[in-house]
Amino acid sequence: MASYIAKRLLVIPLLLLVFSIVIFFLIQAPPGDFMTTYSAILAGSGSSMDNEQLNLMRIDYGLDKPMHIQYIRWMGKLLHGDMGLSLLYMLPNTKLIGDRIGLTVLLAFFSFILSWLIAIPAGIYSATHKNSIGDYFFTVINYIGVAIPNFFLALLLMWICYDLWGLNLVGLFSPKYEMAPWSWAKVGDLLSHIWLPSLILALGGSARLTRIMRANLLDELGKPYMITGRAKGMSEWALVMKYPVRLAINPLVSTIGNYIPQLFSGSLVVATVMNLQNIGPLLLQALSMQDMYLSGSILLVYCLLAIIGTILSDMLLVWVDPRIRME
Amino acid sequence: MTQKKGSSSKQNEFTMIADKENAEEFSSSASEEKVSVASNWKLVWWRYRKNRLAVISLFLLFFVLTIIIFPDFYANQYSEKTNAREAYIPIQKIHFFKDGKVDLWAEKLVGKRNMKTLAMEWVSDPAQSVDVKFFGKGFQWKFLFWNTERHLLVPADASTRIFILGSDRMGRDQWSRLMYATKTSLTVGMVSVLISVLLGVLLGGISGYFGGTADMIIQRLIEILNSVPYVPIWMAMTAALPRNWSSEQRFFAITVILSLLGWTTLGREVRGKFLSIREEDYVLAAELIGCSKFRIIANHMVPTFLSHIIATGTLMIPQMIVNETSLSFLGLGLRPPAISYGVMLQEAQNVKTMAQAPWLMIPGLVVVIAVLMFNLAGDGLRDAADPYSK
Repeated sequence: MASYIAKRLLVIPLLLLVFSIVIFFLIQAPPGDFMTTYSAILAGSGSSMDNEQLNLMRIDYGLDKPMHIQYIRWMGKLLHGDMGLSLLYMLPNTKLIGDRIGLTVLLAFFSFILSWLIAIPAGIYSATHKNSIGDYFFTVINYIGVAIPNFFLALLLMWICYDLWGLNLVGLFSPKYEMAPWSWAKVGDLLSHIWLPSLILALGGSARLTRIMRANLLDELGKPYMITGRAKGMSEWALVMKYPVRLAINPLVSTIGNYIPQLFSGSLVVATVMNLQNIGPLLLQALSMQDMYLSGSILLVYCLLAIIGTILSDMLLVWVDPRIRME
Repeated sequence: MTQKKGSSSKQNEFTMIADKENAEEFSSSASEEKVSVASNWKLVWWRYRKNRLAVISLFLLFFVLTIIIFPDFYANQYSEKTNAREAYIPIQKIHFFKDGKVDLWAEKLVGKRNMKTLAMEWVSDPAQSVDVKFFGKGFQWKFLFWNTERHLLVPADASTRIFILGSDRMGRDQWSRLMYATKTSLTVGMVSVLISVLLGVLLGGISGYFGGTADMIIQRLIEILNSVPYVPIWMAMTAALPRNWSSEQRFFAITVILSLLGWTTLGREVRGKFLSIREEDYVLAAELIGCSKFRIIANHMVPTFLSHIIATGTLMIPQMIVNETSLSFLGLGLRPPAISYGVMLQEAQNVKTMAQAPWLMIPGLVVVIAVLMFNLAGDGLRDAADPYSK
């Protein structure tokens, strides 16, 4: 087990190296650089900067160097935990991302938990009450849950809440707490806001999980050991919960590896729609303003989160399913 | 046909099962005969048509296909025709009866400015109506090689406009735009899946058939691509596209970008299939006869799991449609003047606008319906893909 984990952990830096090269290539690919955008913004607001000043700033920020030098400089800084300076905010990227990373992970964590809390009971119910009204109800919900793009669901719910109750479901905090330092009251405020975006994110995932759970459980329910259990006089509830459910959950665990990266990805679009302060809207802004080191750092963080998610799920699978551990 | 030649022993075994399966449907001996000589595709179709929802979805998809090919026919005005005085007009209801007689007409909406909020308010005027008719004349478009002016539903008086699904901020007709959006969005979805499928079959095939170093490299590639968070990387890729590209170039680039990360699932599946089929007798036979590798793969191996590929591909299309919609919605996918579902939904970005003009969310509902249709049809295909299974 220890060697397995060590092997998986050793792959992380290698993967990150590959990703960092691809990401660097992508973020410097658009023609022009931040200075081009910057001068365009200045021109838009009425003031301007001449080319000489812009070029001086380019030299200051190292934007005049050839591509591979820029990459090596970026990597060198990254290895020291320095993600560079956001030209857009004139703040260190580490701080910008650090402020929001917690909320990003928290949102993904909540929606992950929610999707499982919904999917497993729904799957068990659907499988044990096959072709009942409840089963059809869940099937319909699942089809819609998969079909509805999560940002559209967010739009729809925001509209309904606004139209019916005049609520504006934007952001993760009430205005009162937005700028306030962390306190228990602020945590409470966060929890009262975070459930809706989590639920929106969870729905698509739980729809898929419910289908898998239902199908797996149906397979298990037809096996002979169920008859043995009934013959022994076990109660139906204990019988279902103790054996087939445990077996049916294993394939679900193996889907986590793909599901976690998707959660982070999905949260990006929903966060933009609902104006949540996670790294998603920040990335969108950085990309459109060509704040390349900010966008590069955020992309790397996304990749790291995805890799960690995949590895965690592999370990979880090994822990849940002893048969894999033996191999 | 090639497949039947290849696995005749397997075929017999399978048809027995298929016979049992279709026992009620083909009870007479004549129809049993029909089953045993039926081609693979016929068996797939027989099983597919048992799934009523899937059949309905397939029919609807064929109908949608006509929208993709002839959006101009379904539209009733130019997609970019703007009029500031006709902004945010609500849905104009179409009626089929008037005074108990069959008569096609649309409600006439009259705008009045609310002097308190200064917003325009459109109400239906019962005293007036707009005559509309099917297959009337509108703007000119090209049907294959011929110019025509016929459209599905147009106002009888060509100088007026009707808004079947309301109008947007700039007074553009949502119905007509939706037809063009359907064309663009579904084409992006289908073409990117087509490219993904080609990539998946090619790379999965190489990986499964040749094994060795190629297999190792492709497997690692798939692993890396699987741990990529798709949306952020897509965003970075589309943001990297040159800004002066035309709509067509952008359209093509986005299609390719979507498929670059999309092929991995299929690649894995194809690899698995190749690994299991590689050992079959009929492949050995083909090798001994001296068939070229390409022939063995293309004529003997791929047909055995082609239906699986089609099913998986169909189930991938809705994902791609949603991805394109999300990207365009964020302003990173297709951009105006291109019209896609995501571009249209950009009009509905804040709550106040939505409260004022809820019909701007209709493109989102259309996405849901399109995705549902593809999912239902794909599920049916997946279940029918292996007609010999239980």
